[in-house]
Amino acid sequence: MTIDGTLSPSGADAPGRSTAPGSTSSRATRVLGWTSLVGIAALVVFGLWITPPDAQLGETIRILYMHVPTVSAAYVAFIITAVGSIAYLWKRSEFWDLLAASSAEIGVLFFALTIFNGMLWGRITWGVFWRWEPRLTTTTVLFLTYLGYLAVRRIPTSARTRGTVSAVIGILAVVNIPITHKAVDWWRGLHQEKTIFGTVDPEMQGTQLFTAYLGLTVFLVLFAWLLIHRFRLAWLTERAQERSLDEAIAERRAEGSAS
Amino acid sequence: MNETAYIVAAWLGTFGSVAAYAAWIIRRGRRASEVVAEQDRRWM
Repeated sequence: MTIDGTLSPSGADAPGRSTAPGSTSSRATRVLGWTSLVGIAALVVFGLWITPPDAQLGETIRILYMHVPTVSAAYVAFIITAVGSIAYLWKRSEFWDLLAASSAEIGVLFFALTIFNGMLWGRITWGVFWRWEPRLTTTTVLFLTYLGYLAVRRIPTSARTRGTVSAVIGILAVVNIPITHKAVDWWRGLHQEKTIFGTVDPEMQGTQLFTAYLGLTVFLVLFAWLLIHRFRLAWLTERAQERSLDEAIAERRAEGSAS
Repeated sequence: MNETAYIVAAWLGTFGSVAAYAAWIIRRGRRASEVVAEQDRRWM
């Protein structure tokens, strides 16, 4: 299996030489992992100490240094899920199915953190944790859609059926992203205007702007690191299930020939 | 709660959750590696 040089097993087996790692780690993940840690340390220093409070948002801008990168990483994760889903329906390859599922799971985590940070910011700014206004409502729909995607994958069925059904959901669900993103433009609401994809707050300058982009970079590297590990775990889980199935069949055959 | 408490909660909640998730993946990866054949876990 040599579909991808970073994510999947190489398949280049060398009999008698035990070089296979006992975990999902590799040189690539170690580099990404250490880069993430250094980036997080820098982000903490810049985000909590060096950057000054914002003229309008005050100290609450420090919550946005978490909120914006997590939602950006979540969007990237969901787009990868859609690409993986399309590729799976086209190629019927396990690689694309597992990549789509792994990315969706991490996307859900980052999106949950986006909502969590947004609620904290809303409590300070609006006085309430939650309002059913357009951006938050479409956000909820998006979050529930991907929770549904993960729930569907847990339904016991064949790998092909699971892959096909979840791929269709993965493709349909991504349509929610532009709706959620544009909700602040299309409908009047409480949420401030969009702050990513070309419109990082135009008032931002200097260290504030640097910290905003540092956060985006750190969370994208962190996402890549998590995705590789999660994909490899999914891969190992599939192999382990195949192995236990093979063993169960062999056991039944042995019982049959003995009786 | 004052602003500082919300800011600290946001940062700790975010990095704490990601750290917990990463630890869960890595721990499960190690366990799964024990039962999978070597040729199925050769990462490039």
